[in-house]
Parts: sequence; structure tokens; C-alpha cells
Amino acid sequence: MEKKIRILIAKPGLDGHDRGAKVIAQALRDAGMEVIYTGLHQTIDQIIQTAIQEDVDVIGLSVMSGAHLPICEKLTQKMKEKNLQDILLIIGGVIPKRDIPLLQKMGVHGIFPGGTPFEESIKWIKEHVRCET
Amino acid sequence: MGVARYIKNEKDEVLDVILQSGIHIKPVYTQKDLEDIGFNPQEDLALPGEYPFTRGIHPMGYRSREWTTRQYTGFGTPEETNERFKLMISHGQTGLNVAFDLPTQMGLDSDDPLAEGEVGRVGMAVDSLRDFEIAFKDIPLDRIGVGLTINAVASIMLAMFQATAEKFGFKKDRVSATPQNDILKEMIGRGAWIFPVQPAVRLIGDTIEYSMKELPRTNPVSVCGYHIRESGCSPVQEIAYAFQIANTYIEEVLQRGYGIDDFVRGFTFNLNVFGNLWEQVAKFRAARKLWAKNLKERYGAKDNRSLLLRGIFGGGGYGMTKAQPENNIIRGAYYALAAALGGAQTTALCSFDEAYTIPTPRAALLSLRTFQILMEEIGLRDTVDPLAGSYFIETLTKQMEEKIVEEMKRVDEMGGMIKAVETGYVQREVARQAYEFEKGVQKGELIKVGVNKYTEGEEMEVELHEYRWESAEEQIKRTQAVRRERENRKVTQLLKELEGAAKAQKNVMPYLLECCKAYATVGEMTKVFKEVYGEFKEPSIF
Repeated sequence: MEKKIRILIAKPGLDGHDRGAKVIAQALRDAGMEVIYTGLHQTIDQIIQTAIQEDVDVIGLSVMSGAHLPICEKLTQKMKEKNLQDILLIIGGVIPKRDIPLLQKMGVHGIFPGGTPFEESIKWIKEHVRCET
Repeated sequence: MGVARYIKNEKDEVLDVILQSGIHIKPVYTQKDLEDIGFNPQEDLALPGEYPFTRGIHPMGYRSREWTTRQYTGFGTPEETNERFKLMISHGQTGLNVAFDLPTQMGLDSDDPLAEGEVGRVGMAVDSLRDFEIAFKDIPLDRIGVGLTINAVASIMLAMFQATAEKFGFKKDRVSATPQNDILKEMIGRGAWIFPVQPAVRLIGDTIEYSMKELPRTNPVSVCGYHIRESGCSPVQEIAYAFQIANTYIEEVLQRGYGIDDFVRGFTFNLNVFGNLWEQVAKFRAARKLWAKNLKERYGAKDNRSLLLRGIFGGGGYGMTKAQPENNIIRGAYYALAAALGGAQTTALCSFDEAYTIPTPRAALLSLRTFQILMEEIGLRDTVDPLAGSYFIETLTKQMEEKIVEEMKRVDEMGGMIKAVETGYVQREVARQAYEFEKGVQKGELIKVGVNKYTEGEEMEVELHEYRWESAEEQIKRTQAVRRERENRKVTQLLKELEGAAKAQKNVMPYLLECCKAYATVGEMTKVFKEVYGEFKEPSIF
């Protein structure tokens, strides 16, 4: 049997708008993934720790406040320090088009601004996570 | 944005319309519908300004007074915010509604490591009284009421506001603040919570009790169905949950030995306007009636002024789209129309660029002009409750009323709103519906023009508000200077007294006022509360 993809949906920082995080969490679960939701107000260290503890394949950030650049900069740096490069990092939320190349340069693998169809995100994740059998 | 489901046949004829609240709309309404639903013009309607206030809380509606316009405003430093306040007032805005940045909402000072990257981003940074002195400089606080959109630390911000007013020489019985101060809705839908439920509700009780005695023109709580609706619930649940939250705060004050008529007229509501136009108008009319009944029948209120549902009906954030953003100008106009037909006392609109970031001055002014056009050109001041007596609207109003009552009962059966939030029931219910809604949009069952129908491909460029990193640096410098220059021994002493009051469960407001006057920071006062009260733990909802 194929191993289920494990994904951590994380709300970093102070932003409490979690409609999007909870909606995508339900969609990914319905698509057969194992979803862990961090809850609100997580520090970067807490997110990294949960990702290691839960042995996830993917970290999915949800950011609505506009602080995605400083958050991703810190997170990608910490992930390098901890040798977590095999975990896919993706982000959703209020992400202006002009910030997409900046995020990619930092090492964010997938960017899904608000309104991206579930199908698209699910397909992308399934294609990019190399599942062990 | 379309929130009703349209069932059609192959010839594109509409066979059924199902509102988000679950009500089916008929093609034609007649006198018989009113008879079938038991409509009684005297009991269900009466005149505007008369119980049960379905038609409005003022006998003359907008003829006696236009609505107050209060765009949500604030960003960067207090200087930048003060400038924007003055701009809006110079263009005819009649109230203020302060947006605070996330660190301030979470009780963190601007130089706290957790605040990094967030200072001044989604609102103005406020650390100490010095910031309010700058933000409200030259604002006539005896004429302009001020909404303070803050919840977990609303008690601190209300004290800060009073200290500012005093400093500028305004009498405390002349100034009017409306702190949002609704922590239960933060736990359900907006997420800016800090303390556990019980002490958080007690803090709200403190602000209500204090305002009743010290700040007679202040509305100490603005109960927000708004954010719960933004998070995914139906218009019926928006009202039912808001009323049950309000009832929780009422009971907190009643158990301190006060009578309902002593304080409840300080309650206001913040309700949403996006969605099906008719459903919104019926919602506001049903809500006014049920609030009056709730106070009379459940709490025995006798004073007519206690029975009035006052509030800000506006926003509409979830209806706005990133795709084809100019469409949001048009949406906003219809949402504002719903607010006007619903008899809003106060209004505000999300600006057309707010799906991207906080508004530019141009976008904020367009929202203001929308209200001015409705009131001064289109005819919304002409007559009170113009849709009254319509077979359709009166039937729908009564159907909404019945559904709100049912939903309120569900919460009662669960043991009240505190239980419903602590167990995660409401959060689960809201998240489930948000998911269903999004599925409906993605399948094209709920139409969003420009998103899933009439799309244009290429995203258009909009001029956006730019975040200034220098604002954060300036803010941190100022707060560090305040800490150096104030009388630190006095601050330490006052914070200790605040701690004593919190531990003894005394009303903390007088202690907060003294702390604010001595330039204690929001972070320092919040830290005292965190040590005494602890922090809220989110119930797992998956």
C-alpha cells in the first residue's frame, strides 16, 4: 500500500485568520493525506519542531497578514540549519504576484495564492512528494 | 459574490433559489404568504422607533440623522495614521475606526522579538500613551467617536484612550469610544486571543462596569457576528452566535449585582453585509426585533433604550475578490445599499484593493464616496425602512427570525456560548461550512464574477499600499525612548498594583488608567495579565 502523504498545515506568527488554513486542511484530508494542523500563533521554532516530531513530507504555511517574506526567510534558513531540505515547503494566503519569485529564490517550493483550486494544490503535492512504498 | 444556490433547467430558467441560511425563495409572493407564516403587522412590525424595532430604532431613521461613516484606518506609525485620519475627516468621514497592528492586538511591544516583521503592517503600532497622543493629535474627540478594533487587550486600549482624552483636556463624559472588545468571536473566527476564556470574559465585564460609571458615552463592547461570518458561518448563525456571545457578557455583568437596564444600552454590534441582498436586509430587520425580544423576555429589560440594536453594518470583506479588483467597487456599493436598507447606524466598507493589502488613500476615499452617493444622491434618506410591507421581505424576515431562534436554542442546549467555544463546537461548525462554501465556488455552483465565471485570464495591476520598514524602526526607537524617559520606579509600582488587582479579581480599569498615564507599555501590562491569568489553549477541531 502506498504510504499516506503527511502534511503539516501551519499558521506562523501573530495572524489569526485561519479560514483558509482550515479549508485547505479539510480538502487535503479528503484527498487522502494525513493532515496535522498546528493551531494559531506558532513561532518558526515550534513549526520546525512539530514537523520533525510528526515526520511530515510537507510543511504548508498559511499567511494572510502580508508578513510572508520575513517569515519564509527565517523558516527556510532554519530548515537548512536543521538539514530538513527533503521536506517540501509550500505557502498559501494573501501573496502578491510580485513576491512569488522572491519566495522561490528563498527556497519555497510551491506557492498557492488564495483562490487556487484544491485540485491544483493536491495534484502538485502528490507529484512533488516522492512516496516510499 | 453569489452566496445563494440557483437550481436551473436546461433552458437556464431558475427553478429554485436556496439562500445560505437554507431558506428557499419563491418566484412570487402574495398576501397569502404573510397569512401562512402568521405575520401580524402590529406585533411583527409596528412603527420605526417602536417595539419590536423591526423597522428601525429611530422614528425618523436617516431623516433625523445620516449614518456615521467609519472606515477602518491605521497603518505604520501613529504619525502616518494621524495623517490618514485627518484626510478622511476632511473628506466628510464622521467617525474613526482604528486599525491596530498584530503585535498591538496580541499585547506585544514593537521591540518584542515575536513582533518582528509585523510592526505597523496591518494597522498602527501602539506601545504607550505617547503613540495615542500622536495618533489623536488635533482630532476633535468631543465630536468624533472612535472605534478601537482591538479585543484581547481592549481594556488596556480603552484606558489608554481615556488617558489621551484627559491629556488633551476633553471631559470623560464628552468622549465616545467603541472598543471592539469581543473575545469570544476572536476565539471562533479572528484568532487574536491571549488569555483563557473565563478571565478574558471577566476583563470585558470590567470594561462594561467601568464605562457605566466613568465613561457614559462609551460603548464598551461591539459584539461581532461579522468575523464569524467572514470565517464561514451563515447569516442566521452570524446573528444567533452574536446574540449568545452578547448574552454571555450580559450575564457576566448581571452577576456583579447590576440591573440589565444599568448597562446594556452600551452594547453595540458589528455585522456583515456581503451576500444575497434580500437575505441581508431581512437579517438586519429580524436581528433588531430579536435583540429587543431577547432583552425584554430573557432579561426583563424595561427601559426602551436597552432594547435597541445599534451597530456598524458594513465591511463585506469575504465578498471581495482578488480577480478583477475593480468589480469590488461595484460590490461595495451594493453591500452599502444592503446596510442602508437594513437601517445601519454606522457603516464602513472594505475597499476594493483590500483583497491584496490595506487600502491606499484613493481606495479608502472611494468607499467613503459610496456612502455619500447613497445618502445624498440616490435617495436612501427619503423614507424609513422602505421595504417594509413587501410580501417577500416580511416573509423572509420572519423566516430568518425563526431560524435564528432555533440556532440560539442549540447553543442554549449546549450550556451557552462559553461551553460551545471551549469544546470547539462553533469553530468546527464554522470551518465545516467554510469548506462546503469553497467547494461550491470551485465547482461553480456559487457564482463569483471574475473568479469562476466571466474570467479574464491575466491579473490586472493595481496600485498597492507599500509597507515601510522604516516605520517599524521609528516606532521601536520611540518606545525605547519612552522607557528611558518615564519615571520607572513609579511604573514598576503601578504594574505591581495592577497585578494585585487582577489577582484579587477587582475591576482592573482604574489600575490600567494609572499605568497608561505613567507610560507603562501595552506589552508590560499584558505581561502582568499573562502571569495572573495564563493563556488560552485552542481546542483541536480536526
